[in-house]
Amino acid sequence: MVHFILRRLMVMIPTLVAISMLVFFLIQLPPGDAITSRLAELHAEGAEVSEAQIAALRARFHLDDPMPVQYFRWVTGFLRGDFGYSIVQEQPVNVLVYDRLGYTVLIAISCVLFTWVIGFPIGFYSAIRQYSASDYTFTIIAFLGMATPNFLLALGLMYLGHRYFGTTIGGLFSPEYMGEPFSFGKFVDLLKHLWIPMVVVGMAGTAGLVRVMRANLLDELQKPYVVTARAKGVGSLRLIFKYPVRIAINPFISTIGWMLPMIFSGDAIVGVVLNLPTIGPLLLSSLMTQDMFLAGSLIMIMSTLTVLGTLISDLALAALDPRIRYD
Amino acid sequence: MNNDETTNLPIPPGAPADAGDAAGVDDSGAPPEESRVVFASQWKLMWWRFRKHKLALIGGVIMFIFYIVAAFCEFFAPYDPSTRDVTHILAPPQTIRFVDEDGRFHLRPFVYGYRMEIDSETWRRLYTPDTEDRRPIVFFPRGEPYKLWNLIPMERRLFGLEHGRAYLMGTDQLGRDVLSRTIYGSRISLTIGLIGVLLTFVIGILLGGIAGYFGGITDNVIQRIIEVLICIPHLPLWMALSAALPGHWSALRIYFGITVILSFLGWTGLARVVRGKFLALREEDFVVAARLCGTHETSIIFRHMVPSFLSHIIASATLAVPGMILGETALSFLGIGLRPPVVSWGVLLQQAQNFQVLAMAPWLMYPGLFVIIVVLAFNVLGDGLRDAADPYSD
Repeated sequence: MVHFILRRLMVMIPTLVAISMLVFFLIQLPPGDAITSRLAELHAEGAEVSEAQIAALRARFHLDDPMPVQYFRWVTGFLRGDFGYSIVQEQPVNVLVYDRLGYTVLIAISCVLFTWVIGFPIGFYSAIRQYSASDYTFTIIAFLGMATPNFLLALGLMYLGHRYFGTTIGGLFSPEYMGEPFSFGKFVDLLKHLWIPMVVVGMAGTAGLVRVMRANLLDELQKPYVVTARAKGVGSLRLIFKYPVRIAINPFISTIGWMLPMIFSGDAIVGVVLNLPTIGPLLLSSLMTQDMFLAGSLIMIMSTLTVLGTLISDLALAALDPRIRYD
Repeated sequence: MNNDETTNLPIPPGAPADAGDAAGVDDSGAPPEESRVVFASQWKLMWWRFRKHKLALIGGVIMFIFYIVAAFCEFFAPYDPSTRDVTHILAPPQTIRFVDEDGRFHLRPFVYGYRMEIDSETWRRLYTPDTEDRRPIVFFPRGEPYKLWNLIPMERRLFGLEHGRAYLMGTDQLGRDVLSRTIYGSRISLTIGLIGVLLTFVIGILLGGIAGYFGGITDNVIQRIIEVLICIPHLPLWMALSAALPGHWSALRIYFGITVILSFLGWTGLARVVRGKFLALREEDFVVAARLCGTHETSIIFRHMVPSFLSHIIASATLAVPGMILGETALSFLGIGLRPPVVSWGVLLQQAQNFQVLAMAPWLMYPGLFVIIVVLAFNVLGDGLRDAADPYSD
């Protein structure tokens, strides 16, 4: 097992290196660099910037070093937990990201839980009652859930909340708790707000998982061992839970890997609509201002979390599924 | 044998699987229906199977209608998408009616004109239907002249009013007709999915084919690339790439830029499918036979292997289109995709991003309804195609 974990960790490294190269390429992509856009901004504000100041700025961020050197400095910063410096906002990325990262991870985890708690029973029920009226209903809802863009769902919920309850949905806290230290009251307030991004971001994943769970369980239920067990008179619920469910449940663990990118993608747009204090809106604003170092670091953080999530789901799967060998 | 004769017969009602016994396959006395199945081409078998999938059929018809409307959007849209009507700003949708206030039935559908007053406190325009002002809808009226596909000068539109303008889906903040804009927007939104998938198709088949056919190190490298791309959340990467598109580019170049960006990540799924099929087919007898005959590699790939899994690829590609459409919509909605003079569904939805506007004019979300319908139809169609793609399985 230890050997298996170590090997999986080793495989992660080249992946992360490749991602970091791609992201660094992204950072270099826009015409000009961070200083040019910062200068444009300063000019717009009416500030005079001298040649010497520009040179000082360029030197400070090592913008005239050769590309490989810049890349190396950026990447090694990551290893030390230093995510670079946002030139536009004039703050280290760490400071900007710190709180937001926590809320993003919170939303991601609650989305995964929501997906499981809702997806499992519905998929299960749809499979054992195949072609029943409720199966069709759930199938239609699942298809709708997969087809509705999450930002549209967020907009719709916001409109309905405004129209029928007179409240504005959005954010993660009520105004009175903004900037307050964490307390029990604030926690309850957070829970009251959290369910909306949770449902909105988790909707498509849940719908997809319902379909997968249903299909897997149906496949499993047709296998000879199930028929044999049934013929021998094993009670039907016990029979289903004993083996077929355990096998059909695999995707719940193995899909964390692809659920995370979906959740981060969802957060990137839903966060903007619902005005969440997460990474998504920060990414958009950094891209708008061409603050590419911040944007690159954010994408790098999301990708790293995804790779970690994949690793965790691989390990969990290996631990839970006896068919997976460690060597 | 009577091959031609039987396959040219009209399609039997439902493909019969067990009409006769296995004994009579080579027997000329076999029931005609069975021989029809035996001699039917692969594509015909797929069509029979697809036809049984009613939902997929409906999805296909819906998509066909949408693409027809998108192709002739100048004709189907009642007005030009950029014409402003300053007397009707944020006007709500009109209802098409057949029965008027007095309960009289009219064969020709009509709408009521607007009565507008301005709320003295909030300065908001309040519109109510003016029941005195009955406006019949006419078909094929002369409207603003336009050029179909920028080539053919025309002035007939599908429908309109005899006098005044109809706003069946309301108007936006600048007094432009939401219905017309949605119809024009479908041209951009729907083609971006198709062109994107075409690109994806080419990259996916090429790289997936290379990986699956040659195997070894090549396969390994391509597999790793795919894994890396899958680990990066799509939307953020799309956002970063499209934010990097130069601001001075023309609308057309931005459009193609976005398409390329969308397919830049989209090919991975298709490449995996193709690779899997190649791996499975490489050892098949007919491929080995072709190789032993000295057939050239490209010829083996494109003459023998690709046709045998083309149907699967088409199904996968159909399922990839909605992702592209949603991607464009999301990017444009965020304001880093296509930009306003261009009309796409995402650009239209951008107006609904402002909550104050949305609360006043929920009809600005209508384009979103079309996004849902199209994505739904594509998903259902793709599902049906996937089920039909392998007609020999049960």
